[in-house]
Amino acid sequence: MAAKKELQVSAVENGTVIDHIPANKLFDVINILGIQSSENTVTFGYNLNSAKLGKKAIIKISEKFLCDEEINKLALVAPTAKINIIKDFEVVEKKTVQVPEHVEGIVRCVNPKCITNHQKVRTKFEVVGASPIVLKCHYCEKLTDQEHIQII
Amino acid sequence: MNKRSLVSITDYSKEEILEVLKIASEFEKNPNRNLLEGKVVASLFFEPSTRTRLSFETAISRMGGRIVGFSDASSSSTTKGESLKDTTKMVDNYCDLIVMRHPLEGAARFASEVASVPVINAGDGANQHPTQTMLDLYSIYKTQGTLENLNIFMVGDLKYGRTVHSLLQAMSHFNPTFHFISPKELEMPDAYKLFLDNLHIPYYEHRELDEVINDADILYMTRVQRERFADPLEYEKVKNVYILKNSMLAGTKPNMRILHPLPRVNEIDEDVDENEKAYYFQQALNGVYTRQAIIFKALDLKW
Repeated sequence: MAAKKELQVSAVENGTVIDHIPANKLFDVINILGIQSSENTVTFGYNLNSAKLGKKAIIKISEKFLCDEEINKLALVAPTAKINIIKDFEVVEKKTVQVPEHVEGIVRCVNPKCITNHQKVRTKFEVVGASPIVLKCHYCEKLTDQEHIQII
Repeated sequence: MNKRSLVSITDYSKEEILEVLKIASEFEKNPNRNLLEGKVVASLFFEPSTRTRLSFETAISRMGGRIVGFSDASSSSTTKGESLKDTTKMVDNYCDLIVMRHPLEGAARFASEVASVPVINAGDGANQHPTQTMLDLYSIYKTQGTLENLNIFMVGDLKYGRTVHSLLQAMSHFNPTFHFISPKELEMPDAYKLFLDNLHIPYYEHRELDEVINDADILYMTRVQRERFADPLEYEKVKNVYILKNSMLAGTKPNMRILHPLPRVNEIDEDVDENEKAYYFQQALNGVYTRQAIIFKALDLKW
């Protein structure tokens, strides 16, 4: 029988819960989703205990339902994340992160000589490896691997 | 991007590579053809490269075209802080074709997306130099009579040498066997070995330049560049390791030819120059015909 758990971050009535974010990736997730400029009510939990991840983070966004494209951006920093869509305090849909085929405007190219690091050029990558993620720059053709992924 | 640009060698399919080589052989028969009469080609060299620029300008001149442009960034408005996008858009208004050399990687791809006319990449940093690759292919085709089933040996700086990387990608269409001869510090990067593994193309790595070359159809020599080494001691250790001498060619196959993108420093001894297997000077001349053919295709010209 499951023990009764106290919620570490208060529930949302309607919205999206992003759970199982590795704790050190919380701010990258905030960045990627542009939450800092959101007008919705957002609550975070940081350094929560997690059996799977050790320390995890959680984000709850009221009155916002992430589309698949937004969710898939998370593959770059938090592929383990689980997304719950909440309506009337109930989970109505669960989504997992799928690695996208193309990544635009989110990641910096690892190559210091790439045109995108010198001029106003929106970065574009083809995803050539899924696990771990490897990105191939559309411009300089160099590979950026998971551990060098830097969010703009 | 406009479809007729040539930015990366991977922009060409196998069929397109063969088509351009065929056109190049027509230009070799008669390079002076007024196919570019009334056309203006912009030659934008954001860094100097005399060899490549003269080859392009010769190709254009022999086709009767006019050339506008600059031969290094100091004589362009880049020094005033103009972006590549703005320079490209401005020049795009004036010309029918852009030839671009740029120190930043990906510059030509970006320009091809901004311009309405085709862009031919004449080298973007250490990334791509597809017209060099096409002239290498033409030289291989001409000397071997085919591109299929050849033993290709690459020697020297296989880590940073963009010519060997592009040649490897292009030859992958033609069922080759590769041999890589380099010091550990300059060996073929894993990304390219993985590329070959995925295509089931065999390759062998060697540390010594010795009798192993007796199996070669093509011996592709490269220069080990001092500026590639952070530590000058490392350069001193490897700079004289791979020097090709005439005496080493005695057991090589009769059809074998030595290629080099030039300029060479000391990696091919001058006593090799007189050997009929030395092909690097003719190789440079082939660059004019190949660039004529690439322009012909980029502008969709007809005979």
